Amino acid sequence: MSKRSEKVIEGGLAFSALITILTTVGILWVLLSESIGFFQEVSIIDFITDTQWTPLFAQKHYGILPLLAGTFLTTAIAVSVALPIGLSIAIYLSEYAPKGYRQKIKPALEILAAVPTVVYGFFALTVVTPFLQTFVPGLGSFNAISAGIVMGIMIIPLISSLSEDALFSIPKSLREASYGMGATKFQTAFKVSVPSASSGIVVSVILAIARAIGETMIVSIAAGQQPILTMDPRDAVETITAYIVQVSLGDVQHGSIEYKTIFAAGITLFIFTFILNNVSYWIKKKYQEKYE
Amino acid sequence: MNNLDKNRLIDTSFKYFGIACTLFGLVVLAIFLVKIVIEGIHRIDWNFLANLPSRRPQKAGILTAWTGTAWILGLTAIISIPLGVAAGVYLEEYGKKNKLTTIIEINIANLAGVPSIIYGLLGLEIFVRTFKFGGSLLAGAFTLALLILPIIIVATREALKAVPSTLRQASFGMGATKWQTIWYQVLPASSGGILTGIILALSRAVGETAPLIVIGALAYVPFVAQSPMDEFTVLPMQIFNWVSRPQHGFVVNAAAAIIILLLITFVMNGIAIYLRNKWQKKVNW
Repeated sequence: MSKRSEKVIEGGLAFSALITILTTVGILWVLLSESIGFFQEVSIIDFITDTQWTPLFAQKHYGILPLLAGTFLTTAIAVSVALPIGLSIAIYLSEYAPKGYRQKIKPALEILAAVPTVVYGFFALTVVTPFLQTFVPGLGSFNAISAGIVMGIMIIPLISSLSEDALFSIPKSLREASYGMGATKFQTAFKVSVPSASSGIVVSVILAIARAIGETMIVSIAAGQQPILTMDPRDAVETITAYIVQVSLGDVQHGSIEYKTIFAAGITLFIFTFILNNVSYWIKKKYQEKYE
Repeated sequence: MNNLDKNRLIDTSFKYFGIACTLFGLVVLAIFLVKIVIEGIHRIDWNFLANLPSRRPQKAGILTAWTGTAWILGLTAIISIPLGVAAGVYLEEYGKKNKLTTIIEINIANLAGVPSIIYGLLGLEIFVRTFKFGGSLLAGAFTLALLILPIIIVATREALKAVPSTLRQASFGMGATKWQTIWYQVLPASSGGILTGIILALSRAVGETAPLIVIGALAYVPFVAQSPMDEFTVLPMQIFNWVSRPQHGFVVNAAAAIIILLLITFVMNGIAIYLRNKWQKKVNW
């Protein structure tokens, strides 16, 4: 094979790797160029301080706060479901469970992450909401709590799997020292293992939060489409992602201000997930080799 | 009760709490699957698979949806597999530890965390408007290909890493060039791992809804797509559309379509897990 064709092949491979950079550039360019158009018509102060979001009504308001509140509320519910359960699973598998359980249970739990999110939306709307309605009086068919709980179930494997990896990588000697001092498994888990694996556990939680913020179908189906500034989990709310879906399903003219709102909403979403992803990447790099 | 007993009690209670948590996820999944099957299985028959969408739930079928999903699966595979594997090979085999590869690496980690709906916005502006693909299968496949590219790249790199360097050195020793070594030795040796990653990535693409809504995939398509430039719908879109309707008949249809969708994703995941286990056993060089 000639030297030249070797070079051509290498060039082709390098180009494929560069596609990933182009993707990022494309995302930034698309989000920035369209939202700059948006912010020429709407002041950025209004965008972050106005408490109403009604771009599709006659009386237009462009305050992102109701969408942020909806996103924050459903994410908070999801994390408060997934964190205790996910972390308990991780601790059980790494500290208590007999050998071999780990390899069997982890893939089984990961099925939860493989289920398409539209299916979870169906679950939230047709199973969880009716169930909650039996003991929560006045709960509407669209509400934040049901979408949040189901989103929490979806992210359990994310937290349990990554936290368990972190706990698993702690040297045995640390645990043995603790047992040697007469500590129970519970004391060892919470006084030795969890603090030692804290960076990995924090990373798992941050990634889970980022995942919940960006989740679209569950909240679009089960949380409703009312951008109200509320912290009541029984209310119907609209998240940033659900708003983008709502506009995309409708008939909005390209180039109109309504069209540009989805990019302004999109860039807000992107900024939050970008920060969370980078913080987790930084923590991982910084604390990764502590025990090696 | 003295301190020792108390600590033992806490210890045992937490053990059972941990078991309960582990079972919780699986039990919820089981309840859900049973519920869906009870609700939807009686609706699945030949007509359901072969009928076009309809306003009457009893007559509506998923022909356009499952053919759309098949189209999307095929096109996305054609676009994403060569790009993803090539990028993975470059980063693992060629990429020296320079600034550019470090940036590409951080960038891929970041892309993997970008919400799928953002890819929809990207696809809408680039493929639908700039490239003028419209709300076609091709625009959808390109969008989903970019979405799953990071997964394929990471999986390819992991698989290549597992190939021992002695294999490469032996090939070089026989006079093979770098590319010959990769093509004839390294890629075949790592194919199991790469294939596992590809299948998992594609199963993710099959279940995606949000980016396709944004690029303008339709809920109601009255014909089967004939070419990549045709408008389309996919199973998750059809499910989303049916779930949003008030009549109970459509909820039953949604449950039936979910059974088909889950069947596809679980079969794909099953194949991937089977390949991974088989490959891991073989890998003990």
